[in-house]
Amino acid sequence: MIALDGVSLGIGGQPILHNVSLRIDAGKVLGLVGESGSGKSMTALSVMRLLPEAATLTGQISLEGRDLTALSERQMCAVRGADVGMIFQEPMTALNPVQSIGDQVAETLLVHGAAGRAEAARIARERLTRVGMSPDRFPLDRFPHELSGGQRQRVCIALAIALRPKLLIADEPTTALDVTTQAKILELIRELVREEGMGCLLISHDLAVVAQMSDRIAVMKSGEVVEHGPTSDVLEQMQHPYTRALFEASRHQPNRTHERNGDPLLEVREAVRDYPLKRARLFGPRPSFRAVDGVSLTIQRGESLGLVGESGCGKSTLTRAILGLEPLQDGSILLDGKPVTPEMPADLRRRMQVVFQDPYGSFNPRHRVRRLLAEPFHLTGRPADMEARLVEALESVGLAPSDLEKFPHEFSGGQRQRIAIARALVARPDLIVLDEAVSALDVSIRAQILDLLVELQARHGLTYLFISHDLTVVRAVTDRVLVMRAGRIVESGETEAVFAAPRNPYTQALLAAAPVLPAA
Amino acid sequence: MRWPIQLLLGSALFAVFLIAALLSLIWTPYPVTELAIADKLSPPSADHWLGTDHLGRDMVSMLMAGARTSIAVALLAVGIGIALGVPLGLAAAARRGTLLDEVIMRGNDLVFAFPSLVIAILITAVFGPSAVNAILAIGIFNVPVFARVARGAALTVWPREFILAARVAGKGAALISAEHILPNIANLLVVQGTIQFSMGILAEAGLSYVGLGAQPPTPSWGRMLADAQTFFYAYPRLALLPGLCIVMTVLGLNLMGDGLRDFLDPRLRRAVR
Amino acid sequence: MIHYTATRLLSLTLSLVAASLVVFAVVEVIPGDPAAYMLGLNAAPEAVEALRDELGLTGSLAERYFSWAGGMLRGDFGTSFTYRVPVADLVAQRLWVSVPLAIFALVLSTLIALPVGMLAAARRGRATDYGIMGATQLGIAVPNFWFAMLLVVLLAITWPIFPAGGFPGWDAGFWPALKALTLPAVALALPQASILARVMRSALIETLGQDYIRTARAKGLTEGQAIRNHGMRNAMIPVLTIIGLQFSFLLAGAIIIEKVFFLPGLGLLIFQGITQRDLVVVESVVMLLVFAVILVTFLVDLAYAAVDPRLRHGR
Repeated sequence: MIALDGVSLGIGGQPILHNVSLRIDAGKVLGLVGESGSGKSMTALSVMRLLPEAATLTGQISLEGRDLTALSERQMCAVRGADVGMIFQEPMTALNPVQSIGDQVAETLLVHGAAGRAEAARIARERLTRVGMSPDRFPLDRFPHELSGGQRQRVCIALAIALRPKLLIADEPTTALDVTTQAKILELIRELVREEGMGCLLISHDLAVVAQMSDRIAVMKSGEVVEHGPTSDVLEQMQHPYTRALFEASRHQPNRTHERNGDPLLEVREAVRDYPLKRARLFGPRPSFRAVDGVSLTIQRGESLGLVGESGCGKSTLTRAILGLEPLQDGSILLDGKPVTPEMPADLRRRMQVVFQDPYGSFNPRHRVRRLLAEPFHLTGRPADMEARLVEALESVGLAPSDLEKFPHEFSGGQRQRIAIARALVARPDLIVLDEAVSALDVSIRAQILDLLVELQARHGLTYLFISHDLTVVRAVTDRVLVMRAGRIVESGETEAVFAAPRNPYTQALLAAAPVLPAA
Repeated sequence: MRWPIQLLLGSALFAVFLIAALLSLIWTPYPVTELAIADKLSPPSADHWLGTDHLGRDMVSMLMAGARTSIAVALLAVGIGIALGVPLGLAAAARRGTLLDEVIMRGNDLVFAFPSLVIAILITAVFGPSAVNAILAIGIFNVPVFARVARGAALTVWPREFILAARVAGKGAALISAEHILPNIANLLVVQGTIQFSMGILAEAGLSYVGLGAQPPTPSWGRMLADAQTFFYAYPRLALLPGLCIVMTVLGLNLMGDGLRDFLDPRLRRAVR
Repeated sequence: MIHYTATRLLSLTLSLVAASLVVFAVVEVIPGDPAAYMLGLNAAPEAVEALRDELGLTGSLAERYFSWAGGMLRGDFGTSFTYRVPVADLVAQRLWVSVPLAIFALVLSTLIALPVGMLAAARRGRATDYGIMGATQLGIAVPNFWFAMLLVVLLAITWPIFPAGGFPGWDAGFWPALKALTLPAVALALPQASILARVMRSALIETLGQDYIRTARAKGLTEGQAIRNHGMRNAMIPVLTIIGLQFSFLLAGAIIIEKVFFLPGLGLLIFQGITQRDLVVVESVVMLLVFAVILVTFLVDLAYAAVDPRLRHGR
């Protein structure tokens, strides 16, 4: 139905896509998978012809026999939204904040002259209901800020399919969403494709999502399609080594040999953390939100403890309390029997370090690696052998001593995450909190960092608190796991036991929602 | 990377007046306080390149000394704004959502309700006119401007993970503000500084024009315009020259500011690379 | 919406109280004895005493503040020491010049700036854009009172289309009065319009990079439609901020411009007040100006809520 034939794209002379050929059939899903920078999104934008001005596009993109590349901008405007609909990764910003959702869906119809105002509103209503936004809870005059991320993505889908397009392009539609929301949105997309007979181009970095959703899979690397075929064939045969590597990395299981020691290192007892909210009424009482509600947990020396939960469950708040950055309203946190508070002594603070998610935001962009790494020495005073310790930390994460003189922007994402780990190591802590530490990385880099973490744990006898929304990763690297929801721990136990037989209904739902790669 | 043409052009334009102002500290063609009624309103000549004014004072000397007054007043006013406003803004951001933040921001709003002319009127009504009034009035007006810019910019830096990392390293709000926040918002402050500098030149001219700024015999561009108003039709030179000086200086500073913004903006820099 | 309006009203009231305290402190407390200050160094002690009585300076500071502030709430601004008439009457006459002038200038500036800014944004990176940006760069750099002087020489003396100064009063008819205010308003408006046009341009260009514009384009809107339907309303938020700020610049600017055109507005009144050390007049006019700025801030806050539903729903 829609076919890309030998499509190449350059932007300002820089080659982006090379000879991309794909086919998407009506009522079928083509999954396009690849790591960041592989050209997946650019392929989609080429179909939409929403490219930067300096772009040069060659090859053929035919939609039911019409070559889209030959159309004028005016003609393309008539195609977009009517024949091809598209949804994007970031539902939080994809909708106009100052226009009601009804108007935004109706606009698709109005701009194509498909309906008058009243008729457009009626169809908008019908389409919104179709994507699961019921009229009683979501009247047309709702504004985007009143909706959650998943609900906003439904609105985006509604406006993309308002005119029943022949092709729906979904560019990482669930990457910004929680697992359970992701499952529902993916389910919705699959239903729509089947019922309305649309073709769907599903772009994702997540091989499991693509494997579960697609009839056909195309694997992209550096602007080229390296493998393309029916899902089962691709997953079984994996003809191209890159497909194999991607698959291996996605289900990578680090070789963990480290032994737990048994005695408690960190204890959280009945921790409560409230946040003040804005007043609802001018002189009313100031309400507060209980983000952490009576949480108790123990981390044993030498173990890896996983903490999983969806956004807003309180895991970040709990993390900040454990790190002694924010006070508790009730309960206590003890590290080796000593209380953890924002006022705790420097030497106690030294014993807990942290690695964050964002390899770009973790460093002051104006400081050199030497200064970045030395920051934890604020807690201990500069040791006489500081230089040696900086080099040692850097080498232990696989970087060279010469990197000390570089600025963070000179490194790739994976390398920066190594620097972040080195910074955590330099103060020789007992406990390292890994706060979504591998979530922003491509699968191949993620596998390397996980191996590194496991190796460092064995070498330095470290204890990890591993916080993540990604169940696969938690399963691969933790001994025990805690599941958090709405400020409480709803389930805890040995990782394998919990994953094999979850007892709490929420854990069951979470595990059921997580897309899983079929066994090789 | 490409050097922005605006930055070069603006700096060159401003440099002309800065040099004239500095030079006037040690040398002007004629003493600016020397009246020579016999020579009054003489046209440009070899002796007086740009002629003389209604009191026979040499225009070149007056314009040079006027540049000194304008630049000094505006620069000191920017200094007051930065010295008081930036720490207030940083403190408000470091304690965001607390009473301190609220007090600083409401104080800001209060000062914002007093345009610099109104501050100058109040000060002059009570203490009498002087050039110091202009510095104070413009300076006080600059304080909330810098406080707001500093707070707004600092608030975008605070949630970043390297700040959390610094907190994990046991650093307090003051140290983090100095070491991590300030360097990352310095670009914006520099750009805002040039904008306030150019606005200060305009404001000083306005205040002197209405008699709330520099007092005779201190030459200033605004006063020269006020003096020239009655002679404008007959001797347009007297009003055109100081006015053009103001326009050129302000234009130079604004071009510099725009150029600096393009030059320093990391988003643009990334795009160029 | 009600919650939002109530919060803004409360903030308006608090700002007014705080501002009045500042004005009171500067004018009545810092000089020590205002009566002695107003009469000068050589005044007879009896005369000073008489003036103290007349000004109501006999009570405690708190009593004096409340009687002053209470009087203003009732529209009683005290009696001018030089004119010997109620300040409220003086101010009322002058307001009929200054307020229309400021509004005229604000309307003019907005009407010029918004279309020009939009045009520059739509033609960004092309000759039209560079032309507009260059012209506005120059417009910002021109002091309004100097521009006013040029306008007088050109359009009142060389080609006598408009009056060079003075004000016939609204009694002389709407058009003559408006004509007298035209050059002052143009002089005030053009530099402000330059700033506003640049803000409009950059706010629009900023919205063009937003995700929701990409969504709109994916729906099939042309770039122009996307700007009109989605960019404009979002760009209004920063533009409103600047319009609000400009009003205070225009008020201050009006005071200076009145001097160029010899307009009998608040500006002339306040400068006479300063030279004659008539603190009652200075105090009242300053308070009035500050009130105007605070009121405009309040109105701008309400306008934000009209544009942005996130504020209406009390977030």
